[in-house]
Amino acid sequence: MLKKGNCLMVAVPGELDHHTAEPIRRAVDKRLEEGVVRNVVFDFRNTTFMDSSGIGMLMGRYRLLRYMGGTVTAIHVSDRLLRIMQLSGIHKFIEISQETVWTQKRK
Amino acid sequence: MDTKKKVRGADMENTNEMIIEFDSRSCNESFARVTVAAFCTQLNPTLEEMTDIKTAVSEAITNAIVHGYEGEIHKIRIECRIRDNEMEVGIIDRGRGIENVKKAMEPLFTTKPEQDRSGMGFAFMEAFMDEVTVDSAPGQGTQVWMKKRISNKNTLFE
Repeated sequence: MLKKGNCLMVAVPGELDHHTAEPIRRAVDKRLEEGVVRNVVFDFRNTTFMDSSGIGMLMGRYRLLRYMGGTVTAIHVSDRLLRIMQLSGIHKFIEISQETVWTQKRK
Repeated sequence: MDTKKKVRGADMENTNEMIIEFDSRSCNESFARVTVAAFCTQLNPTLEEMTDIKTAVSEAITNAIVHGYEGEIHKIRIECRIRDNEMEVGIIDRGRGIENVKKAMEPLFTTKPEQDRSGMGFAFMEAFMDEVTVDSAPGQGTQVWMKKRISNKNTLFE
């Protein structure tokens, strides 16, 4: 995890399931409790597998950040992961980028 | 020559079966879905079909761990059967069971929203497999049976 200003970059592991989602959730929430962080960016460049536990983890972080006026972004999302995100409807709530070089949009 | 019929379809020529049982620890999720996918490779599936099976199996196992046994450590059993170009997989737990299966299978329905459960488990199983049957009753455990036909017929049995 890398913090740049109020942006937290999270490197998602190769497989995001119930087992691997838990430690990420704990680590991200700890940073959120400390304050400062407003945008969490999940980097999926190394991720080949994700199930609904990953969706739950993303959705939970979105709910937390929404109250703080923050955002959740998923970057370097593969076609397969995009399909799972669209199936679950989470693409309506978080920004999803498939670009190889992602640049944060200024608001 | 007249051979005696064996039990449960084992008499059929193009069948194969695999059964595993393991502790309901979340660290076993990855091993279990990879094992099922590896067993299925003899049907020569596409990468997408393999990932579909992995995702569906992962969902059912997560359900058994999180909802069936609610974090307690007991056994989860996976039964895999291949018949011609169809793969059938059953994920069986002896946990608390489901009161209302129809409701549990609705997308976004979850009994544990506080644990970041998305309620998409059964929806994903149905999206990625051809057939999903759930057999469950309170106190009786849960059996999830899923079928998937593998498009490529170039099997090892040919």
